[in-house]
Amino acid sequence: MHVRWFLARIRGLLRNARADERASEEREREIAAHLALLEEEFRAKGMTAEEARRQAHLRLGNPTMIREEMRQMGSFPLLENLWRDVGYALRQMRKSPGFAVTAILVMALGIGANVALFTVVRSVLLRPLPFPDPNRLVMLYGYQGNPPGPNHYVSAGDFYDWQKTGRGFEQMAIWRWTGFNLAGNGGELPEFVNAGAGSWNLFSTLGVQPVIGRPFTADDDQPSAAPTAMLTWSFFHRRFNGNPSIIGQTVRLNGKPYVIRGILPQWFTYPDPTIQLWVPFQVDTSVEDLRTHYNHMSQVVARLRPGVSATSAVAEVSAVQHQLYLRLNGGGPIAQGVVSRPMLEDVVGDVKTPLYTLLASVICLLLIACLNLSNLLVARSAARRRETAIRTALGSSRMQLIGQQMTESLLICITGGVLGVALAGLATHWLVMRWTDMPRAEAIRPDGLVLVFAFGIIALTGIVAGLLPALSGTDASVLMALQEGARGSSGSKARARLRKALLTLEIALTVVLLVGAGLLFRSFLRLRSDDLGCATKNILTMNFFLRGDKYHKQAQIVSFDTQLLEKIRRLPGVAAAGLTNCAPGGGYYGDMEVNISEHPPLPAGQHRFAIFRTADPGYFSAIGIPLIRGRLFTPDERMDNDKYVIVNQEFVRDFFPHEDPLGKHLHENWRSAAGEDYEIVGVVGDTLYEIGQPKRAMMWFPILGGFPGNSSDVVLAVRTRGEPEAMTLTVQKAIASLDPELPVKNVLTMEQIVGQSTADSSFSAKLVLAFAGVSLLLAAVGLYGVLAYLVTQRTQEIGIRMALGAERERVLSLVLLDGLRPAFIGLGLGIAASTAATRLIRSALYGTSPLDATVFVSVIATLLVTALAACLLPAWRAARIDPMQALRTE
Amino acid sequence: MSSKEREPVQILQGTLDLIVMRTLETIGPQHAYQIATRLEQVSESLLNLNQGTLYPALVRLEQYGWIRGEWGRTENNREAKFYALTKAGRKALERETERWRTMAGLVERFLAEEA
Repeated sequence: MHVRWFLARIRGLLRNARADERASEEREREIAAHLALLEEEFRAKGMTAEEARRQAHLRLGNPTMIREEMRQMGSFPLLENLWRDVGYALRQMRKSPGFAVTAILVMALGIGANVALFTVVRSVLLRPLPFPDPNRLVMLYGYQGNPPGPNHYVSAGDFYDWQKTGRGFEQMAIWRWTGFNLAGNGGELPEFVNAGAGSWNLFSTLGVQPVIGRPFTADDDQPSAAPTAMLTWSFFHRRFNGNPSIIGQTVRLNGKPYVIRGILPQWFTYPDPTIQLWVPFQVDTSVEDLRTHYNHMSQVVARLRPGVSATSAVAEVSAVQHQLYLRLNGGGPIAQGVVSRPMLEDVVGDVKTPLYTLLASVICLLLIACLNLSNLLVARSAARRRETAIRTALGSSRMQLIGQQMTESLLICITGGVLGVALAGLATHWLVMRWTDMPRAEAIRPDGLVLVFAFGIIALTGIVAGLLPALSGTDASVLMALQEGARGSSGSKARARLRKALLTLEIALTVVLLVGAGLLFRSFLRLRSDDLGCATKNILTMNFFLRGDKYHKQAQIVSFDTQLLEKIRRLPGVAAAGLTNCAPGGGYYGDMEVNISEHPPLPAGQHRFAIFRTADPGYFSAIGIPLIRGRLFTPDERMDNDKYVIVNQEFVRDFFPHEDPLGKHLHENWRSAAGEDYEIVGVVGDTLYEIGQPKRAMMWFPILGGFPGNSSDVVLAVRTRGEPEAMTLTVQKAIASLDPELPVKNVLTMEQIVGQSTADSSFSAKLVLAFAGVSLLLAAVGLYGVLAYLVTQRTQEIGIRMALGAERERVLSLVLLDGLRPAFIGLGLGIAASTAATRLIRSALYGTSPLDATVFVSVIATLLVTALAACLLPAWRAARIDPMQALRTE
Repeated sequence: MSSKEREPVQILQGTLDLIVMRTLETIGPQHAYQIATRLEQVSESLLNLNQGTLYPALVRLEQYGWIRGEWGRTENNREAKFYALTKAGRKALERETERWRTMAGLVERFLAEEA
């Protein structure tokens, strides 16, 4: 039955107008015939012709009702109403195409931005990691001090003790970053590859199996084991063309052959896609480093046993660590306890706040767009008040009227939404491209949840933008419109109030967005203007690593460095050149304990650190770090004659606040267990190890000491006379002429280093600023629209006032105040909301208070100027009303 | 319910279709006027029915494909649309009759029990 009913109605919907006409004609004919037969019957009973016709009509019933009922038999009344509403809405939109197109575009932008950002948030922050049972994976960190200081990496000695005792964990694995010079085989260039050194059970802890070959075994992960390697999928394809016969063959890393054990699956990109291959932890770590509890350089991944909470599992390990601390405290810096962190949080890191900030700002933007659309539609529904009243009088139900009025906003939102979803695809791609440090970038793609979000947001915008005007346009007082003249009525006053309320809300939201954007932008400017402490113009840097058999002796490293510097300094276009291990802005690199021989020893358990740097005598002047006191290294301070050290001003502030550091000694024990004294010969200016981070104490040791552990990592800094990038190839060729197998990486100008470290914060600041700008524009348009409408409505009233002697200035200020009131209230609300909201983005701000006065003041000024500009035109128009004309308009 | 006062009854929702089809089955193709007259006769004018009420039912049945209408002439040589049961209509009538009987029986059983 139901299927037939449905099919019948579908047919009814599909039939064309001509068939429709034919059918209704036929029904007319049928009914006429019927009436004729009835008349005949009644006449046969002896009635007059007239009486018979009357009786026949009575007998048959109301023909109009019958026809209507028959017509409805062949249709879905609801669908047909909808169709009619859509047609009506389309006609409305065609009448003002500018409005429709603008509204659709604004909605498309708003919805597109929302869907794009949600895709990123969902993929990066919300989607579980691709490992089996990812909720049971945690990262373990150590901490020192009481109250606990910041989390730090784990020493191998601690890890092996935890592994033995941690019963709350199914498995526990350790890994750290490493890297290798990969020899070019078969004509490829040599390259430096980022790698991970992981304990043999790292992959089983994560729940990953190699797709080709076999996993590492405990035997592979021994200091004496033959070196083996596990390749990532991308490296396997890039370097070996995905040829599986590579399994069991060797790859030369730092000149040493490693047997390839297996290939990891394509989806495995932990910790990030720059890692190209993995080697067993113990093969790549010195025996001393494996035993020590003092050298914190590795990360620990642990899988909880099912049903065991992270808190209890960590408490057990932390207790073990505390025993270690009590026992070994005197020997060096050791962790006092252990904390855990869900692995997802660890991978995502500090991108959380900027992403949520962006999402919040696009939601704000969309809300503002909705309110604006709603506002414009309220005006339109007011204009259609008479029509609505007549429809109501003729029997339209309120539901029908609301449905009709909402169709237009729904149409706009759906069209905008479809466009927006298409835009979102592009926007997501663009966002990921521009956001250089996005974790899990490879996992960003839309999924079911994103689709649900898109549908939800389209429906929501349609309702927010459409329901309010529809409700206000069809309220119980609608029939009043028939009684009221065109003169001001209580109904239109209520609507004006509604519009002003919407506007106030819109302005408040805009203020919050503007304040957020202002703070982010100011913080970015701070970051940008951060002084690195050295020259940034015309400096070219590049990185190489002197490792393997060719560079395992002091003399080999020193001879390479010396020859290289001579060669580079002789190149035309080069003003100066120097060597270090890490250029300013290039990162933390590492630190070393500070022991001053002339000072009394620190109490047991106290340790102080300074950032570790190396330099040759020419480095400081080449990169423009000023010498403050004392002297730089001399050329003969090399090989074993290297017991000299240079410190920065921050170091002096930290360690020699009231004395002269020159001539004092730092005690370091990397050459022998007893250690040696290094004399402080000079003090240089402060440099930042990373933009956006505070200054830290630094100490430079002579790179020409050539001690392999300290001098193997080299950054060559070249000051050029012209454009530094033009020198890149020449400098690289000079390196290759000394060692053609030595790969060079991170070829960057100093300006690029600065740009890279501020790129993401500049990107998000500019995005939020753009959103805020669009919001401001929307709010201004809204303000203008409302006021212009009010003025038109009050033309008569103003005309009367003027006829009675009101001055134009008074009228101007009257209207101006009318428009500025919602702006003031919105501003107040927005500022109040901002003081709360900006606290949430505190962690994304650098050197800027969440209540930065400059930002707040400029936002207030911007908004007031914009509001004034938006109100001025309607107010001016009101002041120019000709009273005679105005009174005649009725 | 007393039938002595001969109160007109409202037709039950959905039963009109059944009645119309049954009428067409018993006396063959009919036009709307004939069907209406026949209804009045059988129900002894108990059904409170405007003759026009038939039309929506006829349209519906035609849409289902259970009856088909064809223009013809009455014995007085007036034109009229004659409706006849189709094959599908016969089957549907059987089914619907069965359903009605079950339903009526069921209701009757409840009513009897209460008495």
